[in-house]
Amino acid sequence: MKIHEFQAKRIFRQNHIPVPDGDVAVDPQKAVKIAQNIGKFPVVVKAQIHAGGRGKGGGVKLAHSLEDVSHHADAIIGMNLVTHQTGPEGKRVKQVLVESGVDIEKELYLSLIPDRETACVLVIASEAGGMDIEEVASKTPEKIIKVRINPLSGIQPFHCRKVSYGLNLPKPVIKAFSQMLNRLYQLFIEKDCSLVEINPLVITKQNSVIALDAKMDFDDNALFRHKGILELRDLDEEDPLDVEASKYNLNYINLDGTVGNMVNGAGLAMAVMDTIKLAGAEPANFLDVGGGATAEMVENGFKIILSDDKVKGILINIFGGILRCDVLAKGVVEAAKKTKINVPLVVRMEGTNVEEGRRILAESGLSLFTAVDMKDAGEKVARIGV
Amino acid sequence: MSVFVDSNTKLLVQGITGKEGRFHTRQCIEYGTNVVAGVTPGKGGMDMDGVPVFNGVADAVEHTGANCSMIFVPPPFAADAIMEAVDAEIELIVAITEGIPVLDMMKIKQIITRSGSRLIGPNCPGIITPGQAKIGIMPAQIHKPGGPIGVVSRSGTLTYEVVFQLTGQGIGQTTCIGIGGDPINGTNFIDCLDAFQKDPETKGIVMVGEIGGNAEEDAADFIKANVTKPVVGFIAGITAPPGRRMGHAGAIISGGSGTAHAKIKALKTAGVHVCENLGNIGEMCSDVFVLSGEKS
Repeated sequence: MKIHEFQAKRIFRQNHIPVPDGDVAVDPQKAVKIAQNIGKFPVVVKAQIHAGGRGKGGGVKLAHSLEDVSHHADAIIGMNLVTHQTGPEGKRVKQVLVESGVDIEKELYLSLIPDRETACVLVIASEAGGMDIEEVASKTPEKIIKVRINPLSGIQPFHCRKVSYGLNLPKPVIKAFSQMLNRLYQLFIEKDCSLVEINPLVITKQNSVIALDAKMDFDDNALFRHKGILELRDLDEEDPLDVEASKYNLNYINLDGTVGNMVNGAGLAMAVMDTIKLAGAEPANFLDVGGGATAEMVENGFKIILSDDKVKGILINIFGGILRCDVLAKGVVEAAKKTKINVPLVVRMEGTNVEEGRRILAESGLSLFTAVDMKDAGEKVARIGV
Repeated sequence: MSVFVDSNTKLLVQGITGKEGRFHTRQCIEYGTNVVAGVTPGKGGMDMDGVPVFNGVADAVEHTGANCSMIFVPPPFAADAIMEAVDAEIELIVAITEGIPVLDMMKIKQIITRSGSRLIGPNCPGIITPGQAKIGIMPAQIHKPGGPIGVVSRSGTLTYEVVFQLTGQGIGQTTCIGIGGDPINGTNFIDCLDAFQKDPETKGIVMVGEIGGNAEEDAADFIKANVTKPVVGFIAGITAPPGRRMGHAGAIISGGSGTAHAKIKALKTAGVHVCENLGNIGEMCSDVFVLSGEKS
């Protein structure tokens, strides 16, 4: 789960990780009030959307007066911000972060992620702060420092020294930096983060360190023990169909193609999407109804696919293990009764209670193509020509 | 022969009295798996279909000699359950549970690698040696005993599809292992490839991977250097968009790494016969394993 920069900065502040003074505003009046409270210029007005690359898209502006603040806030709130991460359709900005400007001596990059290969927390740092870190990693890999922290030992002073020396930090900065890294690690563990990223992390002319940006992502699997974090979820930042599907515990991702599909199991669902592409079409979604899906979940999943205007054909592929084929068939028939299906439907079922499932579909009077196996399913999708 | 489990496996089920645990324990018993004990804290002394239930794993091991544990404990308590099994020196721990936090798994991984236990999963269908022992939630009837093919996969139902097609071609399996869809798991592809390479009854291997991480690339390096048996590979997720978690917690393309194309390329370079269309994997296995004289 992602949160906004201003929310991450609030969490940083609560954990004594230095961030610039500031607050979030939903209108220019509030933005001006925040700037007044900061009491000095320049201040920065930053669009709050989940995507990165906001500066380049015109979503970050420097203000030298209260008039500037009002003007920029007015321009940014309500704008449709397009960045390399939002896609061409962009994202509407609802709020801005207004915060104090900082005297920058040097910009660094710092992030913490779980490293799946070594089962450690991986600290990634670079002197090339403020830039796209993936670009730095590919063009100048020698500028990237990686330090692994074993979760059983936790962070130790030597970890901080490794990162500090690697970044060539001036001596007066090392202590403040190490303290910050220590607190970030504790925060990462305490909140079950899947990413903490500061880009740029700034060394000021006064030799202090300050997080000019803040990004925190959380492990969805751990949200059960972080009710406070769950409250920070912003549904406006997510695809409406994705949100609808999550209400029913369905694993759904809306995509750009025209062939809707419903599958049980994530691996098989990806393979079915690939089969659709091999058949000459593009998948309209990823939908894994899970191993233990009920008829109701199948029905809801089917409804979500049908509510997607770009869907011109549907492929259902179920390998019945825990999810029985008769349960699937009932769900499809129920959904079909309630919603008019005006696109071709290909169904392939195999596994537990497959005969019963096929009978239910055959007797339902639904117009559909039955595929006998995976190969046939691909060929039938190609034939319906979507 | 087979790998990791056989008719000598004495199974203990952690979370045996829950809905899932009960259902699948029955299925395993029906298949012929030797289920000797169950564990549910607070329900020690009960029995579930004649299987004695204990309060703790060590207690269960002491009384029944269990050497393998299958875990159905819900995510908030799963890490504790795995660590308890490690503490009781269970040889093989199969964690079916989906949704264990990554940080919990990081700690477990560090502990497991320093112990004598092997962990399969989590977030996996389990492991089956057809005709001998089923430790997991896979539908038993799709499997064909007697080998000669070993199957290893990150996915559940995708594995069923592959096994179904193998059996349809008359090709049996020695052991099928689901290593799970989480970013951090216990047993990995390399452990399984190594075991299949060393197992005299396994004559060929099917490896099913998906987007995310580098496990398939690492496996490709291992195959190139160590595996002489023919390997058929399949990678799911060519059409998966970057940055999105595709159902499995581990199935995510991040920072341009973990793409299906990179994995397919690595496997091909290692001499793996990569199947690009799932619908053809049975036929392809038949061709590959017959040509190399490895079909039973």
